[in-house]
Amino acid sequence: MWRSLEELAATPGFEEMLHREFPRGASEWTNEMQRRDFLRLMGASVALAGLGACTKQPIEKIVPYVDQPEEVIPGKPLRFASATSFCGFGQGIVVTSYEGRPTKIEGNPDHPASRGATSVWAQADVLDLYDPDRAKVLTNGDSGATWGTFLDRLKVALDAQAGSGGAGLRILTQTVTSPTMAAQLQEIGQKFPTAKWHQWEPLTRDAEREARAGGVFGAETLYDFSKAKVIVALDSDFLYLHPAALRHARDFATRRRVEGPQGASMSRFYAVEPTPSITGSNADHRLALAGHEIPKLAAALAALVGSGGEGANVPDEATTWVWAAAQDLRANAGASIVIAGETQPPEVHALVGQINASLGNINTTIRHCASVETNPVNQLQSLQQLVQEMKSGAVEVLLILGGNPVYDAPADLDFAGALQKVKLRLHHSLWPNETSERCQWLIPATHFLESWSDIRAFDGTVTIVQPLVEPLYDGFSAHQLLDAFLLQPVRSAYDLVRATWQKNNPTTTFEAQWRSILSDGATPGIGGDLTPEQGAASARAAIAPPTGQGLEILFRPDPSTLDGRYANNGWLQELPKPFSKITWDNAALVSPKLAAREHLENGDYIELNFRGRKLGAPIWILPGQAENSVTLQLGYGRKKAGQTGTNKGYNAYTLRTSDALWQGVGLTIRKIDRHLKFATTQNHFSIEGRDMYRAGTLAEFIRQPQFATEMAEVPKHDETLYNPDEYKNAGYAWAMVVDLNTCIGCNACTIACQAENNIPIVGKAQVIAGREMHWIRVDTYYAGPPNDPQFHHQPVPCMHCQDAPCELVCPVAATMTDDEGLNVQVYNRCVGTRYCSNNCPYKVRRFNFLEYNGALSPSEKLVKNPEVTVRCRGVMEKCTYCLQRINAARITAQLEERKIRDGEIVPACAQVCPAEAITFGDIHDPKSRVSRRKALPLDYGMLAELNTRPRTSYAAKLRNPNPQLKS
Amino acid sequence: MVRSFDLRIGKKRRRKFAKAGRLRQQASGLCFPEKGMSTIPPNEKKNTRMSPLGYPSNLLAPNQTYESVNETIGSIVLRNRQPAPWWIGFVVAFCLLMMFFFALAWLFIRGVGIWGINIPVAWGFAIVNFVWWVGIGHAGTFISAILLLMFQHWRTAINRFAEAMTLFAVACAGLMPLLHLGRPWLFYYLFPYPDTMGLWPQFRSPLVWDVFAVGTYFLVSLMFWYLGLVPDLATIRDRAQKTWQRKFYGILALGWRNSAAHWQRHQIAYLLLGGLATPLVLSVHSVVSFDFAVAIVPGWHSTIFPPYFVAGAIYSGFAMVLNIVIPVRKIYHLENLITERYLNNMANVMFVTGLMVAYGYVIEAFMSWYSGDIFEQYMMMNRAFGPYGWVFWCLMACNVFIPQALWSARIRRNPLTLFIVAFFINVGMWVERFVIVITSLHRDFTPSAWGMFYPTFWDWATLFGSVGLFLTLLFLFVRFFPMISISESRELVAEPQKANVL
Repeated sequence: MWRSLEELAATPGFEEMLHREFPRGASEWTNEMQRRDFLRLMGASVALAGLGACTKQPIEKIVPYVDQPEEVIPGKPLRFASATSFCGFGQGIVVTSYEGRPTKIEGNPDHPASRGATSVWAQADVLDLYDPDRAKVLTNGDSGATWGTFLDRLKVALDAQAGSGGAGLRILTQTVTSPTMAAQLQEIGQKFPTAKWHQWEPLTRDAEREARAGGVFGAETLYDFSKAKVIVALDSDFLYLHPAALRHARDFATRRRVEGPQGASMSRFYAVEPTPSITGSNADHRLALAGHEIPKLAAALAALVGSGGEGANVPDEATTWVWAAAQDLRANAGASIVIAGETQPPEVHALVGQINASLGNINTTIRHCASVETNPVNQLQSLQQLVQEMKSGAVEVLLILGGNPVYDAPADLDFAGALQKVKLRLHHSLWPNETSERCQWLIPATHFLESWSDIRAFDGTVTIVQPLVEPLYDGFSAHQLLDAFLLQPVRSAYDLVRATWQKNNPTTTFEAQWRSILSDGATPGIGGDLTPEQGAASARAAIAPPTGQGLEILFRPDPSTLDGRYANNGWLQELPKPFSKITWDNAALVSPKLAAREHLENGDYIELNFRGRKLGAPIWILPGQAENSVTLQLGYGRKKAGQTGTNKGYNAYTLRTSDALWQGVGLTIRKIDRHLKFATTQNHFSIEGRDMYRAGTLAEFIRQPQFATEMAEVPKHDETLYNPDEYKNAGYAWAMVVDLNTCIGCNACTIACQAENNIPIVGKAQVIAGREMHWIRVDTYYAGPPNDPQFHHQPVPCMHCQDAPCELVCPVAATMTDDEGLNVQVYNRCVGTRYCSNNCPYKVRRFNFLEYNGALSPSEKLVKNPEVTVRCRGVMEKCTYCLQRINAARITAQLEERKIRDGEIVPACAQVCPAEAITFGDIHDPKSRVSRRKALPLDYGMLAELNTRPRTSYAAKLRNPNPQLKS
Repeated sequence: MVRSFDLRIGKKRRRKFAKAGRLRQQASGLCFPEKGMSTIPPNEKKNTRMSPLGYPSNLLAPNQTYESVNETIGSIVLRNRQPAPWWIGFVVAFCLLMMFFFALAWLFIRGVGIWGINIPVAWGFAIVNFVWWVGIGHAGTFISAILLLMFQHWRTAINRFAEAMTLFAVACAGLMPLLHLGRPWLFYYLFPYPDTMGLWPQFRSPLVWDVFAVGTYFLVSLMFWYLGLVPDLATIRDRAQKTWQRKFYGILALGWRNSAAHWQRHQIAYLLLGGLATPLVLSVHSVVSFDFAVAIVPGWHSTIFPPYFVAGAIYSGFAMVLNIVIPVRKIYHLENLITERYLNNMANVMFVTGLMVAYGYVIEAFMSWYSGDIFEQYMMMNRAFGPYGWVFWCLMACNVFIPQALWSARIRRNPLTLFIVAFFINVGMWVERFVIVITSLHRDFTPSAWGMFYPTFWDWATLFGSVGLFLTLLFLFVRFFPMISISESRELVAEPQKANVL
């Protein structure tokens, strides 16, 4: 299937891209008038009319295949199971490929870490593949080199090491879960017995490893939220920033989904955190508390639950919370989960382990399994050791396999300085970055869609990473590079991966097994369950009191760029961050009270002074932030990331030291005279007493099931001047329900829609101007006091109104309701009056104010979905319910002479949703899932009182607060 | 031919037209008047002096003769040298026009994204300008047609001017929706032409109604203006010294020979066109107001819009006429023809329509409260006290508070103060459209989608550029066409003075 890329790669556009020194600026729209534009303009103002449209189109030849590639039918997409990674942990995916061109990543329903959903990062991975800024050729210093010269140089270096058994050889990797890489590193270890392997991941999970769940260093804890009636999260973002986040969200949603009032039940969720997270925003009782207070709170909770300990004094505002949580936990022993985040110290994890053990949650809602990492280590210590050795000059050859330690290592280590002492520095990377700048050799990596590998998920499930396309550039996989260290002819990644697997099953059945492993994309894990050891729970460390005075500083991964690895991804850069809706920048998050105290407004710069290190950063006032905590988002301020990611935001790593990886006390801030205009996609976070978002509590719902529908009076079906039954006789009636109760607000729908529907990136300036293009947005509203708000997430796609205000006002009939009730937009009829957008009460229409697709580099054009029109300037667009998917299903159904089955069509947003909050289908079929959901009492139409008769409806949000607590 | 009209306009009127034809013939100075033709009612005769056609002669300054009228107006066209203010004005206007072309070229190259518009404020200056220019274009037809039908003789000195202004304003207005299209090269999709796809415009959309309303208005205004111009073009042709002038004006005069039959038909046609144009004055801006009233946006969706827009249009139209007439009158020394009485009358009309507009504002505010609709109520609060609140209070100052000065006759009769008040009204009417278009859109139903509109350089360039286009056309008009109707002004010349010329 990927052989056809050879043809593709030979196209002139591709050749040009490969050989151009500076690829054309593509990802971002620049608004300044260039000199050439000015000349063009002068010319045009003479001619005025501009007869450019009359130019002859270039002749393009269509060449058929001489040898038809296996399984490829032109125009028919193929789907392959593979896996992407979240900080080293596998997530099963299914990749859609058109004629050897991967265009879309979707979740693998059979994979336990995915269950058919994906994270925002997995969606965006496909854009990285086509990133024009990727490392393209092997470089030595500033000049290009060949693989042969590299191998020669490596051989010389390794031969020199051979005598000492590799005493000067070090390999620095990120978290490794790949069985093949494990085997390779083991082999290298055998060949060079004194060589060392170090690991560093900036979002390290050292605390969890150190906590020795089940008595084993690095053991994994697996949570089953579908069985938990009470959940207590201590600064844990288990629904978003976790290797099993998708699975957690799926399981969490099953306990939160409510249908009828009879026997309705929901889990109750308590969260405490210093800074709002996706997870915390879904809590029934959320407590904003400084990060360094949480260990005390954990101790108090442990004492109240009865798992021992003398407890601790918690701040006043936390007492009722702890008390209520403890009550609920005790009442639901064996059906509850207490979870701590990786940002909390090991002691908290140990306490949480004790609480869970004493509640009898182990092996009911919680399981422990052996580490899925190849060699779990304390990564911070590992890196510290490496830096020490580098400084001492003991390291002669250093291979940095992926990652960007120069950028993301703790600031106190001075990794960059130490690196200069290493004689031979090799960096294997997908992009030339800060680290590769300081290494002599940059070995371009292959993207995971280009090469073979394997990876383990959080529970040990292994997936073979399959390539879908020949490497676009002269890249080498990590496996090939490691193979070169064995000083033998380098094998292909395919052979290496296959060899690893064949070792387990050398019989003749291997071939069949291999094929099924490939097509399934998920093989049950290697690590088995650990038996809980009572002894492990007794290892109790004292809670260290916070040191220093002043504010608390928090380091958190950025919700879009993560630790910086996605900084050059335009989709993620333009993805509005949850809560703040900031794009293209990171902010220092401060609480409303702190901002008032320091006279700060959004965008004002502050100088942060933390343990002698200084940093200037623009602030964003975030309701729900702990009063004296300032959150810095990692992943920005990249000095060398590419055209999209370079010099965006500030670099929080400059303050991050090894003794305060996640939080520290002793921050002082000072307002400085500088201001930044943030590019936000939402500017107003109060709902102004309107009822587009409807929420209640479970108790209210049981008492009054119709509360959501009764909040507004909806005109009757026939209160219209036009024929109300105009579409009655159509074959299908497509509709959607968005369940606000299970939606966690993770943004995955937005980015999945962007990938599926060829939605362009417009750049920061255009976002500031209010022209972002997302067809489905996630609105956030705050309710309640600013220091303790409720967070309301509401995904808003097109409502597909049956009395659509937009249709009435279009002078050219470019938007209209089709006979299946879809509000369709006819691009080639649209003249761009934008009247429809004005009249749309939901403001879901998006307009191509400029030629947003005009500056794409040849490689970026490849990511476009061929089933969806790429819109030109001056045309309105909006959500189509993924019309192309409806039509694909229609064609299949017609060929098979049947009706389209319920669930056969899944729009991109519904497909990606980890919480299954979006249901789509035919409401003419009373048995369809969407019909049944619309019949439920929580169902309401947003602004339906305007008589728009929207086809998209919402299920109102329910909370399940503890009746003994007031708020 | 004449008989056929008898049925329609009645004997009395027919006689009047026939006589008027003869008198106009006389007044043009080409033939002798018949004797004993006075139509002045006896009772008026005592008090005021009348022109032969029965118009009050005090509209013109004393001692005007046919020749003085011909000379005063005709010489502006035929004279080679224009006064310095003309040149200064023309150069400024022409520079603005060039800026307009520059802005348009950049617009066509890059797209409407060069403006400050966005989602939710998808309409910006282009639509504000459109409504403003259409409004300005109302005075001309109002003065020409409605005042003609109502026998308001004081219209004479300003109607030609106002008609020209109408044409140019409507031309500016007509450009705006075209420029504002995302794909302006497909503007013809809005016309009901027989296309190969079998598609028609979507007739439920007010934008399609606009095409017809504005198109019709432009054509009728053009015909009306040209028809009135024909006798004057003949006068100019006859007085022209240069060959090119004789040819140029000769062609445009369409062979006008000033015969009584010409006059009779001309008058009938003129009156008929006046009758046709009258409903248009009311309809055009009503239709323009439907662009807003038909939409569901709070602040737009209002039944008061048609009358309120029409009143606003006449208000701004008169203000613009005053803003142009007052300097022109000064520069070309037309004080004898455009007397203070004209200014006073125009100020009166302007003031009355201004009060109607103020009433519209009050009712809008009242209805938004009275409706009990939270969206409407929020819209009104936001309009007055939201981020664009200062714009709203500018509007109130310009359109409601400052014009209260017009209660004073001294201010109405003083060209300078009247000019200032009219200028504020013009600004105020533009601001009013800004308030309607932008503050309504920027915060409508869904709070998460609320945004702001900040105009860019290109927005302002389009606004001032269109002013440049308007002024350039106006300066050229002043230079090449008689800006006051010669033939109609001659009708106002009083009897004794008329005799002087003979």
